[in-house]
Amino acid sequence: MMGRTIFIDPGRCIGCQACVSACRECDSHRGTSMIHLDYTDEGHSVASLPTVCMHCEDPVAPCAEVCPADAILVTADGVVQQADTTRCIGCANCVNACPFGVPKIDLGAKLQLKCNLCYDRTAYGLAPMCATVCPTGALFYGTVEELQAERPGVQVADTFVFGETEVRTGVAMVVPAEKVRWPVPGGLPVVEINGKDVRR
Amino acid sequence: MTAEPRAAADRRTFIPLDPSLAPPGTRAFRDAGGIPADRWHADQNGETLVPTHCCFCGVQCGMYLRVDRGGKVFGVEPRNHDINRMRLCPKGINAYQQVNHPDRLTAPLMRRSRDEEFREVSWDEALDFTVAEVKRIQQAYGNDAFGLLGGASLFSEKTYLVGKFARVALKSRHVDYNGRLCMVSAAGANKLAFGIDRAGNPFSDILLTDCLLIAGSNVGECFPVMTQYVWGARDRGASLIVVDPRETAIARTADIHVALKPGTDSAFFTSVLNVVIAEGLTDENFLAAHATGWEEVKAKAAEYPPSRAARICGIPAEQIVQVARTFARAPKAMAWHARGIEHHSQGVENCLSVISLCAATGHIGKPGAGYGTITGQGNGQGGREHGQKSDLLPGGRSITNPEHRRQICEIWGIEESELPPAGTSMMEMVWQMQRREIRGLIGICNNPFVSLPNYRVVKEGYDATEFHAQFDFFLSETAANAHVVFPVTTWAEDEGVMANAEARVVKHNKAQDPPPGVRTDTWVMCELARRLGAGDKFDFSGSRAVFDELRTASAGTVNDYYGITYERLEETGGIAWPCPSTDHPGTPRLFEDGSTYHPDGKIHLQVVEWHPPMDPYDDEHPMSLTTGRTVAHFLSGNQTRRLGALVEQTPRPWAEIHPSHGFRNGEPVRIVTRRGSEVFPALVTEAIRPDTVFVPYHWPVPTAANALTIDALDPRSKIPEYKVCACRIEHADRIDEVPAPPVAPGHVAYPETQVSRTDPLPPTSPQGRGTSERS
Repeated sequence: MMGRTIFIDPGRCIGCQACVSACRECDSHRGTSMIHLDYTDEGHSVASLPTVCMHCEDPVAPCAEVCPADAILVTADGVVQQADTTRCIGCANCVNACPFGVPKIDLGAKLQLKCNLCYDRTAYGLAPMCATVCPTGALFYGTVEELQAERPGVQVADTFVFGETEVRTGVAMVVPAEKVRWPVPGGLPVVEINGKDVRR
Repeated sequence: MTAEPRAAADRRTFIPLDPSLAPPGTRAFRDAGGIPADRWHADQNGETLVPTHCCFCGVQCGMYLRVDRGGKVFGVEPRNHDINRMRLCPKGINAYQQVNHPDRLTAPLMRRSRDEEFREVSWDEALDFTVAEVKRIQQAYGNDAFGLLGGASLFSEKTYLVGKFARVALKSRHVDYNGRLCMVSAAGANKLAFGIDRAGNPFSDILLTDCLLIAGSNVGECFPVMTQYVWGARDRGASLIVVDPRETAIARTADIHVALKPGTDSAFFTSVLNVVIAEGLTDENFLAAHATGWEEVKAKAAEYPPSRAARICGIPAEQIVQVARTFARAPKAMAWHARGIEHHSQGVENCLSVISLCAATGHIGKPGAGYGTITGQGNGQGGREHGQKSDLLPGGRSITNPEHRRQICEIWGIEESELPPAGTSMMEMVWQMQRREIRGLIGICNNPFVSLPNYRVVKEGYDATEFHAQFDFFLSETAANAHVVFPVTTWAEDEGVMANAEARVVKHNKAQDPPPGVRTDTWVMCELARRLGAGDKFDFSGSRAVFDELRTASAGTVNDYYGITYERLEETGGIAWPCPSTDHPGTPRLFEDGSTYHPDGKIHLQVVEWHPPMDPYDDEHPMSLTTGRTVAHFLSGNQTRRLGALVEQTPRPWAEIHPSHGFRNGEPVRIVTRRGSEVFPALVTEAIRPDTVFVPYHWPVPTAANALTIDALDPRSKIPEYKVCACRIEHADRIDEVPAPPVAPGHVAYPETQVSRTDPLPPTSPQGRGTSERS
């Protein structure tokens, strides 16, 4: 897991979409939000969940792996950048490859757009816009130690299971300490598979 | 699983950003260290960050407005202010877009009758016409035939001027404000019990509590930034009790969610007190030392055993016992409430029943223990402190108290005989307009056509006026009814103070000059006063001059602002009143010495008797209609319904209905009350009681919740009963058109990009917050 990264805590999300608005305001792709805000149990609950780019580490960024134009770059600190505009051909391979449904395609410009962890801000020591403004801390930017200092006993997971494939991400999710102990199809985070703790 | 070396090496090397090219905003932001600076400066890109606060709710989040080298506001940057610690909600993030919005009014609009179209006129013509109409109406029908309605989103300086303008320039008793629709029930209860009208504790005390009770407050949507305190308390092990007919985002994770029937709050809280007494959980030492009226309250509580309250409230009796034990046994407990218990014909009683519970358990006046009310409007707290309310003079003085009247007349330089008596409340003024007792009106910073209950009555009242002028920066539904509309500044184009829900006074700074043709509310009021012959009493150069008079006028009162100066506010990030001297640190927490603001220093507990809501249920109207807000919009929506991102987030209202009624999601349903009927798309969810339907109120007719709500008032606070009226639900054929937003959704400063996702658009969310993010 990266040193400083985003932690997503769905238990805190109030569905306010401040993250969505903040993402529109950040300078790297101003005017377009790269965050999906989903309602997970419609009709039964008001539960909601933001999805940002998970900055996959292993296998390394599927979106970058499949990019035929080598337009999606990964920085040394693990940030998967949005497509380089001088290289992107708008083919949408990345959209299809991403297990989290994150990248978007600007059809008019034939360009891919995705979260780059607000590299213009994080490079200068600031948190990404979404995690900066999140009123509840459902999006938290920092180290896992900083998170745990603020939220005693909190547990996180950065491994997701899609069928037979495990994906380890640079962005992590807060998980209930006692409840999630088995892989769930569809990308929910896991902390344990077949009795083995996958959180390293 | 072992961490593999990153596979980035085989890709083209990413070139890090050049540190000398700091992204817009961040350099100046870093230089400021996140701390409010008394002088701000442009960075090397020519961008300036101006520290200020959000214009919307009572949390008053700190923010920076980004100003370009041309002096125009073009963005927002989070600010590490004590209150919000960088957090912002979607309204705060998008607020800056209204500053240079194409819908801004930039010239006075005028027409001599409502049959004519508006035409742009000069300031002189608009002011002269207004003054002539004021004089004509007052000469024909008396001074009180002309009224003034202010607003609680105005800076405190302007609310002070509203009260002074009405009484000194108009010489009319009829002045009130839209905070009357906000938290006056809590204000009335606090005044009765504690002798002071404000929350007892700062937000930061929430982090110290062991049990947090939130009653009638959809914190997640109405005050999202406050949730960081709620979750912070939860992180430290505090239990959370939420009292709300709906499963809101906060209620979803509460230890106890009491989904009671709307309009039954005081029965519930009195019954909780019943259990507290029965189980010996009262703090008798605290009560003996610090409270009066306890025996009477105790006797009344005996009449509300859980079995009776459970029937009234429609909840299990066990839940009442559970709440009582959890709250009373906690070493430190706090209660916060908002409109959910205040918007009732028994709003004051509801708040008093919460206060009795806090006092009986000794949870008052300690870090992590106390009570608070969350103000809906930015200056909901400060808006009434300095004389804008019909019965109050500056400093919270009573207009009926001869000594208070004398003090203010001395400051204003008028004879006491010239100071009018108390007027009536906002809704009562509309009734008087209907009866032609009030024939002329000036409205400042309010939109009653959307925000007052029983729209038909409101429309009739306003239509009956012979002259109506409105101050606004957008043409609101109410301004569209006026004869004269004065284009005035936004919060970013003037400086002034607001008091947030903690009674912390914060300073807003001017970020840009107003567009040509636009004047400050202060200038317009002073100019009108001058033309009405009271210019010598309104010789103010700007907000600072008004604030200095306000400070002096409040000196020695409970609402003492004397020690608060602009300079101190910029240095400290906010000071809670009372603050009697310039070396006083302010008073973030009340009653720490156990003394209240009554002369005897005691908490005056009040007996509360529950009674049913004013609109009776019958076979025709068996259900409860309750109203409220959605996170994307603010009050009447005049501001937020024009901002593309917020319109996209929540484009229209809905009717939230339990699945047991058999409606399908999105199906047109007609909500019928005794005032009328309207059609909304159904939002079918288990997150609401089966006997209750919820409609958010930010939209005008034909989808206005307030065309359906009842204009019954609390007899003491005169707050309307927005939160409960009898209704029924019917199938409907089609959904009424929602008026198109005045401008197409989208950012003002940046062109829209065409973006698509590969998955289909998500359906309407269960919360009814319109749509999920769709690009």
